[in-house]
Amino acid sequence: MSALVVRAGRVSALIERRTAVTSAALAAVTLALAFVALCRGDSWDPPGEVLAGLAGHGDAALIVQEWRLPRVAGALVFGAALGTAGAIFQNVTRNALGSPDVIGMDAGAYTGVLIAITAFGGTAAGLAAGSLAGGLASAAAVYALSLRSGLSGLRLVVIGIAVNAMLTALNSWIVLRAQLEVATAATAWSAGSLNGLDWGEVRLPFLILAALALLSAVLSRTTGQAALGDDVAAASGVALNRYRLLIILAGVGLTATVTSATGPIVFVALAAPQIGRRVAGAAGTPALPAALTGALLLLAADLAAQTVVAPVQLPVGVVTTVIGGAYLCRLLIMEVRRP
Amino acid sequence: MTGRLTAAGVTLAYGDRVVSANLTVDVPDGAFTAVVGANACGKSTLLRSFARLLAPSSGHVAFDGRDVRDYRPKAIAREVGFLPQGLVAPENIAVRQLVARGRYPHQTLLSTWSREDERAVAAAMEAAGVTDLAERPVESLSGGQRQRAWIAMVLAQETSYLLLDEPTTFLDITHQYQLLALLARLRDEGRTIIAVLHDVNQACRFADHLVAMRDGRIVAAGAPADIVDAALIKEVFDLSCVVAPDPVTGTPMIVPTEEYARSLRCRTPG
Repeated sequence: MSALVVRAGRVSALIERRTAVTSAALAAVTLALAFVALCRGDSWDPPGEVLAGLAGHGDAALIVQEWRLPRVAGALVFGAALGTAGAIFQNVTRNALGSPDVIGMDAGAYTGVLIAITAFGGTAAGLAAGSLAGGLASAAAVYALSLRSGLSGLRLVVIGIAVNAMLTALNSWIVLRAQLEVATAATAWSAGSLNGLDWGEVRLPFLILAALALLSAVLSRTTGQAALGDDVAAASGVALNRYRLLIILAGVGLTATVTSATGPIVFVALAAPQIGRRVAGAAGTPALPAALTGALLLLAADLAAQTVVAPVQLPVGVVTTVIGGAYLCRLLIMEVRRP
Repeated sequence: MTGRLTAAGVTLAYGDRVVSANLTVDVPDGAFTAVVGANACGKSTLLRSFARLLAPSSGHVAFDGRDVRDYRPKAIAREVGFLPQGLVAPENIAVRQLVARGRYPHQTLLSTWSREDERAVAAAMEAAGVTDLAERPVESLSGGQRQRAWIAMVLAQETSYLLLDEPTTFLDITHQYQLLALLARLRDEGRTIIAVLHDVNQACRFADHLVAMRDGRIVAAGAPADIVDAALIKEVFDLSCVVAPDPVTGTPMIVPTEEYARSLRCRTPG
């Protein structure tokens, strides 16, 4: 059999063997790379010292636990969140291009952040709230503009790209109008960076992301059902309107929370679900392989950002933008060529 | 004759465009009902209202006397199954995975593959003849196999009512008859089948009950042998024909006259 049956009392599930094996392998590779990333400071440290430091012994303890670990954990958790958000929106739009970073959610969240900084100063909670409000507003705008043609399809993606462009212009305008200190902080942020993350900054985002991940996990079976099309989903018992509201909230929430902590990081949400589903050989675009691939992608990109032009540390968003631009072009060309 | 699934005085509309006004339809239980009519006569719209995908702007579609939209979605989905047109399977989904999706209304958050689910999926694949294709990706199948896979999915839902919107479209003629025979067998096993069909002869051969529609209203309803004659076909399809007994089954069979050729030459308006 290509699937394993799990049954205990009233609990039962069917686990696809290939998905389980590839997911475990992805997780193992990601954890191994995470350890490599922990060894990286200004230069490479011996793994033995880092291991000791991780356990709280030796000179490296403070550096590893307080400086490097939050950054690596951030890359893993934020990458997984972006991958999940990407899978959510690609399922809702039924289009590989329908990713939150392409259709304006990141830009909208960043608009919210900018407004929060310029108008209200910038407390962590204020940024998170501004980011979420901005993301939701841009989602609502894209939804309203594409309502006539339905939620799925290329039209929504094109409208999303247009909204994204307008919001990006708006963001530039806000930065130009802002006071110098605010503008400097905002611009540094606009690339999306994990540089200098500490535990204090990631605690609240991690909690929110955990709750949203739980929500999307609870909805995952309904997501699979909705992928059969609106009619089949509704006829087989999905309460579509309620589901859509919840899943879009989860998707926007995941994207916006990451954006409020790091600034916009593109590409991960776009590519992770597609790479993940191919690696896992899964039906449709499930969230788990997308999350694992997202964690691996963001971690690898952040490691590249730290090492490629060392000693200069690039923002990870620059690395993902470079890779993502090429990937997006390829996807667009394929989409246009499709009959 | 009142079935469990009824439409009473329903007005069906998309926005301002009214398709059917004050329509009342009775579907006999345990029978194979075929809905026929020209394109855009409202037959698919009627089916969609039965499947609660379209809310009537007035009147009620009811199951066991209660409006279908008042049921919890999963509860009514355990009673009434629906297979629409234009189906697109998710990428890379295997037939058994697609069929298993039919179990959605029977599953809970924690129980997603009970023994009952396993049995129903196996039985549905057997009935639709796709057991041998279980591990194949749906996109790799032929049109006929693909349609059978979808039928298996809606069978796995194990509903007493099965609604199908033009299930024979895009199938070659052999697969059309095999599919209709499968629906007739499901009827024999006790299910109620309601299908929108294009081909009147096939509808007469397989259906117990025929609903003929034109311009959103029902022109005639009853057993094919009782209602199908040249006058009805003229009224429903604007087609002149002779009705003869099907040489194989004895059910009504329409054979068009050549009048359509004349109307083509004259280019009569309408």
